[in-house]
Amino acid sequence: MKMNGARIMLECLKKEGVDTVFGYPGGTVINLYDELFNFKEIHHILPRHEQAGTHAADGYARATGRVGVAIATSGPGATNTVTGIATAYMDSIPMVIITGQVPTALIGNDAFQEVDIIGITRPCTKHSFLIRDVKDIALTMKKAFYIARSGRPGPVLVDFPKDVQMAQGEFHYPETVEIRGYKPNLSGHPRQVEKAVTMMLDSQRPVLYVGGGAVLGGAAEPLTALARKLTIPVTTTLMGLGSFPESDDLSLGMLGMHGSYCANMAMTNSDLIIAVGARFDDRVTGKLSTFAPHAKIIHIDVDPTSIKKNVRVDLPIVGDVKDVLTKMIKQADKSKEKLAGFTTALAPWHLDISGWKEKHPIGYKQSSTIIKPQFVIQKLRELSDEDAIISTDVGQHQMWTAQFFKFNKPRTLLTSGGLGTMGYGLPAAMGAQAAFPNRQVISICGDGGVQMNIQEMATLVQNKLPVKIVILNNNFLGMVRQWQELFFDKRYSSTCMELPIDYIKLADAYGAKGFLATKPGEVESVIKKGFKEKGPVIMEFKIAREEKVLPMVPAGASLNEMVLNA
Amino acid sequence: MQHTISVIVENDFGVLSRVATLFSGRGFNIESLSVAPTNEEGLSRMTIVTRGDAQILEQINKQLNKLIDVLKVLDFTDGSAIERELALIKVAAEDDGRAEVLRIVDIFRAKIIDVTPKSYTIEATGNPLKIDGILELLRPLGLKEVVRTGSVAIGRGAKGWNG
Ligand SMILES: Cc1ncc(C[n+]2csc(CCOP(=O)(O)OP(=O)(O)O)c2C)c(N)n1
Ligand SMILES: [Mg+2]
Repeated sequence: MKMNGARIMLECLKKEGVDTVFGYPGGTVINLYDELFNFKEIHHILPRHEQAGTHAADGYARATGRVGVAIATSGPGATNTVTGIATAYMDSIPMVIITGQVPTALIGNDAFQEVDIIGITRPCTKHSFLIRDVKDIALTMKKAFYIARSGRPGPVLVDFPKDVQMAQGEFHYPETVEIRGYKPNLSGHPRQVEKAVTMMLDSQRPVLYVGGGAVLGGAAEPLTALARKLTIPVTTTLMGLGSFPESDDLSLGMLGMHGSYCANMAMTNSDLIIAVGARFDDRVTGKLSTFAPHAKIIHIDVDPTSIKKNVRVDLPIVGDVKDVLTKMIKQADKSKEKLAGFTTALAPWHLDISGWKEKHPIGYKQSSTIIKPQFVIQKLRELSDEDAIISTDVGQHQMWTAQFFKFNKPRTLLTSGGLGTMGYGLPAAMGAQAAFPNRQVISICGDGGVQMNIQEMATLVQNKLPVKIVILNNNFLGMVRQWQELFFDKRYSSTCMELPIDYIKLADAYGAKGFLATKPGEVESVIKKGFKEKGPVIMEFKIAREEKVLPMVPAGASLNEMVLNA
Repeated sequence: MQHTISVIVENDFGVLSRVATLFSGRGFNIESLSVAPTNEEGLSRMTIVTRGDAQILEQINKQLNKLIDVLKVLDFTDGSAIERELALIKVAAEDDGRAEVLRIVDIFRAKIIDVTPKSYTIEATGNPLKIDGILELLRPLGLKEVVRTGSVAIGRGAKGWNG
């Protein structure tokens, strides 16, 4: 049966099991939208800005593990997606972005709304395609989805000219796809695994250092099993939160710049670091020359370029983290006796760790008069559902969430780690809520970042997406203000949001509910009221304005040079 | 350390800019680059001469391999490959200089491919050091224009790159 290219594109999405797309129409996608009009299998959500649409597709992908899909028109629509694409790229999120393009005959002519979006996004996509012929649509889409989700996942952009959308063709979706230059190595080498387990059983002060790869690779289960079997303490990066239950005694919480004292001390004193889907980012290692001076390093990652990029590695294992960890468990089981001796011998290490935990636990000074942000986060944990999905924006509130929420399940924290994109939180929550209409989705934002995509309140209300938006309002660009306080003699250059916003009225303007807490005694009731609402809600908390995120490893300092209370 | 890498790539739209973006975006340097189709349908071969310590070279290698359009990265270390470059050299040649140019051309087994009363144009091939050598000797005579292709390299022995 003949159909036009636009329809073929939709059939491809259907074949890939796409049920929801986030997109914004315009001249070069009008044909695609015309086909969508009657295409019942795909639910289309219209955000109020293409950046938000891309973040929503990203939030959808992070919450579900499936490929998120966003659509934008050529030119300004396409450039508006760039921040969303870069955000996804830095955190390895599987996404397919379809952009309209001017007709092939006009490409390169500076046509109306023409932009070289493939060129613009080349450094922040895993791959990209320009479809030049209606015959190529199906194979291209098959490849795009395969590349986006396999290996180290990432965003793939498909540029889709208007004339190709209009051209007639046949639809045949390929069953399989073969890309000569792309064969991700998923299976960890058995000999490397064997060596790794030997190194682990020979160590005295081991730490599992776990990153976003463990979440993306669905490795939470074998990770937890392995850690418990060997009684090895676990610290995670921001992106790794949720891959190992923080309720477990073996959990050290997050490490790095705003990590726990015990996590950073454990890394510094360790004799063996087992890195799982983590990439030794500068926010994690602190000063490289003094990072983990006594430790051998085993590095497990599906992406060989991550290995030995920043730190020396004693034993690299390239492979899918889930596969490797599962093999490690089997391998450890083969040496039962050694295993028993090993766990007993870890007692002094566990003692060191519990000592560090007691000495400087993550904490804050409670107040009876002003709301402490940490208190709000603790209350949110206490009052929310066990499987609630939390998104954050970027800033102090993000770090307080990471420190105090206590994540126990993978894919329950959506946060922009690599790029640190303000404006991410609200639309990401929107995407997650679209995927899980019946789960509680909470977006924890600062008063700065929430305004970067506040227009999505309209999308939430229109689509009955009951996201609970929490604004920790310090009327400051708090994280930058904190740096100015500590490193620039309190010269608060352009970090005070001088104009207070009435968020309650703002919620009302969009047809949502708003609740305000100004005193600690009101926190619980506002959260309860907010959670009880059927629709989207803003809960605003006026917090201690100059509260700092602590501990803190100043940029460029060693992990054990933490500022604990300044 | 200077280093020659051959990269077998799909002849796809944009592949050259992907490779170039990779080098510029990560601060790797390219001393020379040559690209042309191979004997296999749809495949091109790039030869890149780059510079860096062992760790940078390992990253370059891995990053190139990570590109979807890259089928194979051949990393030629210590004499495992034969390298050649072609240069077209326009040199001033008048009076006594004319004989001198011819002598140099002869020693380097190069060829004169264009002649005017005031100049010779020379075609020289050889490994890049040899090209450097002939240029060195011709420089005092007055180089008017030099075009070099950059290195191309092929592995020694009976085997092709894919066996
Ligand atoms: C798009 C973008 N612009 C600027 C920054 C730099 N930045 C990082 S945190 C921050 C302050 C955020 O303020 P707010 O949203 O109020 O959160 P708070 O730190 O107060 O909790 C800024 C400006 C950024 N991360 N992203
Ligand atoms: Mg703020």
